[in-house]
Parts: sequence; C-alpha cells; structure tokens
Amino acid sequence: MVSDREHITAEPTLPDVAQVWDWLHAVPDPEIPVISLTDLGIIRDVAYVDDTLIVTVTPTYSGCPATSIINLDIETALRGHGVEKLELRRKLSPAWTTDWMTQSGRDKLEAYGIAPPQPAGGPDKCPQCGSQHVEKMSQFGSTPCKAQWRCTACLEPFDYFKCI
Amino acid sequence: MANVDKEMLTQFLLRMGDNTLILGHRVSEWCGHAPVLEEDIALANTALDLIGQTQLWLGYAAEVMDDGKTADDIAFLRDAWDFRNLLLLELPNGDFGQTLMRQFLFDAYQSILLPRLMKSSDQAIAEIAEKASKEAAYHVERSAETVVGLGDGTEESHKRMQAALDRLWPYVGEMFASDDVDAAMAAAGVAPDPASLREEYDALIGKVLSEATLTIPDSDFAHKGGRNGKTHTEHLGHLLTQMQWLQRAYPGATW
Repeated sequence: MVSDREHITAEPTLPDVAQVWDWLHAVPDPEIPVISLTDLGIIRDVAYVDDTLIVTVTPTYSGCPATSIINLDIETALRGHGVEKLELRRKLSPAWTTDWMTQSGRDKLEAYGIAPPQPAGGPDKCPQCGSQHVEKMSQFGSTPCKAQWRCTACLEPFDYFKCI
Repeated sequence: MANVDKEMLTQFLLRMGDNTLILGHRVSEWCGHAPVLEEDIALANTALDLIGQTQLWLGYAAEVMDDGKTADDIAFLRDAWDFRNLLLLELPNGDFGQTLMRQFLFDAYQSILLPRLMKSSDQAIAEIAEKASKEAAYHVERSAETVVGLGDGTEESHKRMQAALDRLWPYVGEMFASDDVDAAMAAAGVAPDPASLREEYDALIGKVLSEATLTIPDSDFAHKGGRNGKTHTEHLGHLLTQMQWLQRAYPGATW
C-alpha cells in the first residue's frame, strides 16, 4: 500500500525533449502552412529548467507579423499535449538565416510553388515548369520572407523565398 | 548592459529606435498609394522591417530606463520634443522619387552603422544590430537600385531625383554630427563615433549617385536638432497626431 501511494504522489513524468521536438515538427508555419516551424529552422532550442519546458524561438524578420501567431501556435500545440509549465524565449543572436531551413522544408516549398532560397540570391528555376529562364519582378512579396519573380518560359509569376 | 551612464545609453537607444519608428511610419503612409502594386508591397514590407527594429530598440530602451514603461509607451506617449530621430526622416514623403532618395540616404547610413554596432560592448545592442543589419543590407540593395533606375531613367525621373537629392542633402550632415552622447558611447565601446562613418558613407553614396547620373550638391550645410531633440521640424508634430491618435483618444487600448 505504501509503495502504491508513493507511486500516485510521485511527479508526473515530463515528456522528453525528443518528444517535444516531434510535436513542434507538426506545427505549421502560419503564413506558409506547407512547412513546419522546425522546417523553417526558427526553433533554436528545447530544454528543461527544473520542470519548466523552455522553447527558444528566433524571429525570421524583426517586423514579421507572424511572430506572435507562431508563439501562440507553439503554446497551443504543447499545452494540447499536456505541457503545463512552459516558457517561450526569444533569441536574436545568432540571427536567423535561411541556411537553417531543412532540406525537407525546401522540397515542400518547391512542391507548393514557392522557389526555395538559393545562395546565389535568386531562384535557380521556376517552381511550376522547371525552366531556368526567370526574372525578378520585385525584391519584396506577400510576406517579409519572400520576393516576387516571374518565369519567362511559362509566364507564371511565383514567390521566391529570400535568402538571408 | 555596457558600463556606461544610463541616461546617455537611453538617449542613444532612443536615437536608434526613433529613426526607425519615424521612417517606418512615413514609409507606411504609402500603403495603398504607391505607383505600382509591387512598389506598394515593397514599401509596406520596408516599413514593417523598420517597425520591427523599432520594437527591439525601444524595447531595450524601456529596459534600460527601468521605470515601468514599455516600447509602446515610448512610441505613443511622448511628445515631439522627446523624439530623437534625424530630421531627414520626419520630412513629408514628397513624391515617390523623394521617398526612395530619402530611403537610400538612410539605408546607406544604416548599412554602415549596424555592422559596426555588431561589435558593441553592449551585448543587447550587438544582437539587435546583427538582426537589423541583414534587413538594412537588403533595403539598401533595393533603394540603391531604384535610385539608379530613376536617376538614370527618363528626363522626367532624372529631374525629380536630382530635385529630391537637392532637397534632402542638407539633412544628411546631421547623421554625422557627434555630441557628448556619441562621445560617451564611443568611449565605452558601445557605438562608433558617427563622424567616423562619414568617409565610408560618402564613398558608398558617391558611387551609387554617380551611377544614377545625379550630382551631389556642393554644400556641407546641415540642418540639425533632431537627434539631440533641440529643434524638430514642424512636420513631426503633424506626424505624431496621426501615429499616436489611437492611444491618445483611447488611452491604454489594446488588441
């Protein structure tokens, strides 16, 4: 009996960090829902301080309006999985770079019709028809992280995920 | 926090944050009015970056001031005489060319200043600068390209860009007018003396403006009084009546 009671009053087991990463992997980016927050590379760390789960997030662009939604989505997802003690921390440095985007994230972007970031500073091909004949329309697009390009072969405009 | 007088550090942070706040507001006035859709989106995105940087600078200013105020309080509840932005940034937008000329003159300054601030002895400043410098590099690429495109464009666009440069040039000198706040920041390794940025700045804008076939006015007269708060132009008050209207009419309103 004594051992049973001890079992009941023991601290509930906290989900391990790998489990939390799995959950975060399923949280979509609010602006580009085909990729997840982990694909985007903005979750910088998941760790416990005592029994509080600390999730460290870095912003993509300082003025990106999605930042507060992203924090809300992380909180909603983790609370939904039963995390009670949670703290979100913002980390500015090192500053986010598109180098942190995962390969699967890049593939998903392209399949969705958004050309993934390239070190050359522009898309290598049209995400619709694959032609390499593309031209820039504007350095800015529908969200802070994108620019507008156009394919001169299929004539379709498309979004390009800016490389920073 | 760097080992430096808090009042002085606050002044420095207000200068950084007020620059991006006031220019961010001015640029946002174009939203829905730009000559073509792409430019409208570009201007709105630029404004968004600037406002985002403002949150970082003024957020840190609030932390240093440590009197219970937030970045929002600083932005929306101060009057004109408390602002520390460059006069250049509070001037009305003028036409599209003048807006882009102003943007270029400021982007060029930021693209030189921010990388220096990444080496600040104050870690928070170094981190904000690291974030903002990436955006500034992107901004100057676009504004320089547009200045060249319009300057070396049609007779009409060239004429307007030269007029914009003539109009704005007397406001450039203020960027490099050092005072005791700058001296304190330089001594503590927080920020470079702005006067030390002038040579690099002149080289950068000289190259772009010559490519744009524009002539830099032969005068070093400079209007001053924005970054030290002594004499703002009459335009700042008008800007604030619009920018601060909601918080003034409905104090404490949130969404």
